[in-house]
Amino acid sequence: MAEPVVLLEGVRKSYGDKVVTEVLKGVDLRVDRGEFAALVGPSGSGKSTLLNLLGLLDRPTSGRLAIAGEETAGLDDAGLTRLRGHAIGFVFQFHHLLPGLSAAENVMMPMIAREGRTAKAMVPRAVALLDRVGLAGRADALPSALSGGQQQRVAIARALALGPPLVLADEPTGNLDTRTADQIFDVLREFNRELGVAFLIVTHDPRLAARCDRTIDLVDGAIVSDRRRTAEGAAPHR
Amino acid sequence: MPISWFLALRFLREGRMQSVLIVAGVSVGVAVMVFLSALIDGLQTSLVAQTLGTQAHVVVRPPDEVARPLRRPEAGVAVAARVEQTAQRARSIVGWQQVVTALAAMPGVTEVSPVVTGPAVALRGNATRAVVLYGVDPERFGRIYPVRQRMVAGRFDPTSTSCVIGRELAVDLGVAVGDRVRLAAVGGVGDVYLVAGVFDLGNREVNRRWVVVSTRAAQTMLDLVGGVSSVDLRVRDLFAADAVAADVTARTGLVADSWMKTNAQLLVALRSQASSSQMIQFFVILAVAMGIASVLVVSVVQKGKEIGILRAMGTARSTVLRVFLLQGALVGLVGSVLGTALGAGLGAAFAASARNADGSPTFPITVSLALVARSAGVAFLTGVLAAALPARRAARLDPAVAIRNG
Repeated sequence: MAEPVVLLEGVRKSYGDKVVTEVLKGVDLRVDRGEFAALVGPSGSGKSTLLNLLGLLDRPTSGRLAIAGEETAGLDDAGLTRLRGHAIGFVFQFHHLLPGLSAAENVMMPMIAREGRTAKAMVPRAVALLDRVGLAGRADALPSALSGGQQQRVAIARALALGPPLVLADEPTGNLDTRTADQIFDVLREFNRELGVAFLIVTHDPRLAARCDRTIDLVDGAIVSDRRRTAEGAAPHR
Repeated sequence: MPISWFLALRFLREGRMQSVLIVAGVSVGVAVMVFLSALIDGLQTSLVAQTLGTQAHVVVRPPDEVARPLRRPEAGVAVAARVEQTAQRARSIVGWQQVVTALAAMPGVTEVSPVVTGPAVALRGNATRAVVLYGVDPERFGRIYPVRQRMVAGRFDPTSTSCVIGRELAVDLGVAVGDRVRLAAVGGVGDVYLVAGVFDLGNREVNRRWVVVSTRAAQTMLDLVGGVSSVDLRVRDLFAADAVAADVTARTGLVADSWMKTNAQLLVALRSQASSSQMIQFFVILAVAMGIASVLVVSVVQKGKEIGILRAMGTARSTVLRVFLLQGALVGLVGSVLGTALGAGLGAAFAASARNADGSPTFPITVSLALVARSAGVAFLTGVLAAALPARRAARLDPAVAIRNG
């Protein structure tokens, strides 16, 4: 491992001008290439805030934040957009597909955003990704014609469209039934093993968290435990 | 395809109903603009053509004679107690040949026609009619007034022995082409002229009063040998006739009256017509702009989440801005194309329904290329400007907030 995919040192984040609420109270976190980690914690513990910071959708109030080896402190808005585009894939709880675009076009969207234009070569790549998530033949379907699980598969294919080193997943199985959730989880796992993509998955589901290699516990804006598992069962890291 | 075009087209396709409605709205607006402009233009052209069928654009004549108070040179003391204004008499423009050459060389002047004019009587048998005698060069006169096209009998060929008269006068005197009439200056001797042709200039008074002969015949009859009493001008830009007239006065010291001065009421009518049409068009554009803006504002609100996702996937703010500007521009452009066609169709339908008794259109409604280009340009610009506000709003959305709240 050359450099960590995610590196946080003493990251703090507070909101409000007069009444300041500190949501993150000094978070240190390192995620390496190929890791498969779960981020768990009760509501209001700062998971979403942390995810926004990692996704470069928001800036920390203080502390060091580096993504794929690049320091973010000195980047302007365009720089953040560029880094976000090539280094991070997003999978949201509610898939967030663009309803006006077909499945293939949704998968192509990050490529289009990076190139600034559409290109014919993007179509086969998008179709190949859809094949991998088990949606062969549905490339031209609009999201409204797909089931919840299928929509989430499209979202996963989209997150991986540019082969980012890191995928952030916010409750990716949150609104799916158990069986579908397992299938989606398997798809994520497969990409992690085959392509070496690092996954950071926010989840409330202890069953899913248990299937990850590492579980990061966030309580009241601080990491209270960070456990790694070997392939066989649990093995406390700290 | 650039990303902004791709997204703009997909967004328009997705909001199908909204897109269709707003394009229809823009089309109706543009159609009103095109139809109204064409209608007013046609109406004004027709009115002006009718008026100027019997008037020169500018008439140049010698200044009126003014009686001056008699003073003693040394003391400035008036000798006469009262100044009696003199009666005006037929006088020639001094050095009219040079004046005509100078006028013809002026910018904005296209035709020049020296005229010898004065009161006369036309007699035949018991009938006597007071007329206005015009001594003209037929070639030049024909380029100022459309007499050649308006002949109802005979030819427009005034010579020293033949005259051309109007239709009403021919009826009054009971003459036809080939008959003879006696023409004489008031209180003077006259001569017998052959009626060479009868014209109808579309104005009864003119048809009853005008008698056209050759320059030389009129000079002899009106006792203006070698002179001309006025010069008629045709100008390039009708509505600049005023300026040309002022220029003529400044250059020659002669009196120059433009058609705009002699038809002040018509001009006021034309101008108020034009300004009311412009006002209607302005409000139509305003309504179209607000329509486009409101649809796009709603669209930005609806698409807040999608915009957030796009931004999260690495789409630049400037791209989001362009996506919405493009939507406005496309709506404006498509609407203007449809609207122009609709407006032109309305114009054609109107022209077909409003006809004179003889079946000719009352006035022509022409949708010119310039009008089409102008309307399209206005609709396009309106689309872009109306989209500016929603587009800025879209570009400023905070992606994190948009995704959370969307």
